[in-house]
Amino acid sequence: MALRKDHELHKRRSGLNLGVGILLAAFVVLIMALTMVKVTSASFKFPGAQEEQN
Amino acid sequence: MTDASINASRAYEDEASFGDYFALLKPRVMSLVVFTALVGLLAAPVGVHPVVGFCAILFIAIGGGASGALNMWWDADIDKVMKRTKGRPIPAGKVEPGEALALGLALSGLSVIMLALAANVFAGAFLAFTIFFYVVIYTMWLKRATPQNIVIGGAAGAFPPVIGWIAATGTMSVEPWLMFLLTFMWTPPHFWALALFMRSDYDDAGVPMLTVTHGRRSTRIHILAYTVLLALLAVGTAFSGIGGPLYLAVALVLNALFLHGAWKITRRDEDDSEADNFKVERSFFKLSLLYLFLHFGAILAEALLKPYGLGGW
Repeated sequence: MALRKDHELHKRRSGLNLGVGILLAAFVVLIMALTMVKVTSASFKFPGAQEEQN
Repeated sequence: MTDASINASRAYEDEASFGDYFALLKPRVMSLVVFTALVGLLAAPVGVHPVVGFCAILFIAIGGGASGALNMWWDADIDKVMKRTKGRPIPAGKVEPGEALALGLALSGLSVIMLALAANVFAGAFLAFTIFFYVVIYTMWLKRATPQNIVIGGAAGAFPPVIGWIAATGTMSVEPWLMFLLTFMWTPPHFWALALFMRSDYDDAGVPMLTVTHGRRSTRIHILAYTVLLALLAVGTAFSGIGGPLYLAVALVLNALFLHGAWKITRRDEDDSEADNFKVERSFFKLSLLYLFLHFGAILAEALLKPYGLGGW
């Protein structure tokens, strides 16, 4: 059976692809936000700076 | 249309959607995990940055979802027998068992590592232990081996507030374990009430529920015994660091209602239950949902009121 362009399967697959895409994008944003919070917190020190202190 | 094309069409119809993969994570259980972990995190005496707190709750929830996917992978054979579970993605033929296993393992690794990085290593390690406990100790080992399966499974579901607390503080204390015990002691009466009115499901699957191994009379007595112990614990928690007057009022009312419901269940026999289609058991089950939600809600309210000098004693 040839799949026409508007086959229901295409909608379902594009829904799956869109869902995964949104999740990945959200994950990237989340990691970026978390990194910003971590590096701007008062307790943050670069690893090199920690070694120098020790 | 040829036979081959019909078969191909059916194969496409069975192809999983995004929602089917999401259903593998047991969203309803995840909502309980999110709520109790959030209460554990916010009731802790140490504040966390909102982004760190959000990440901690998210990765605890993903870890809970990963456990759900691994549970569905292992239990696919009994899920297809039970009316309540036969619509799940694997028995429905939407998702292959191997896919559920891969998703569960990948999300387990991701959630543990990310929680360790976002919050602290202790919290990540505790999440790893929780996933191991639920999947290996409960699902693979004890669920099909002992009628106390619900009690043991309840422990896995009770860990999230402890993880939330550790994510905030990095240490352990008595208060998160009181929250753990609240969920742990609540789980058996909650599920045994369900087993009383979903009777054929567990029998058909051969899962050794208390109703099957020790009989329904014994299950009713067990419900009352656990409810009495739960009431003592729940009211006693009011006088701990996470309790307060509001929590005490909520606990007194809810535990009086819960004890009354358990007492009514114990006094009934099967004929009474059959006659009104398990009305008392069903209402006890519904009350149990409200019971846990309002207890944790009261703990959360006490924590949120503390900065204004109102929460706690």
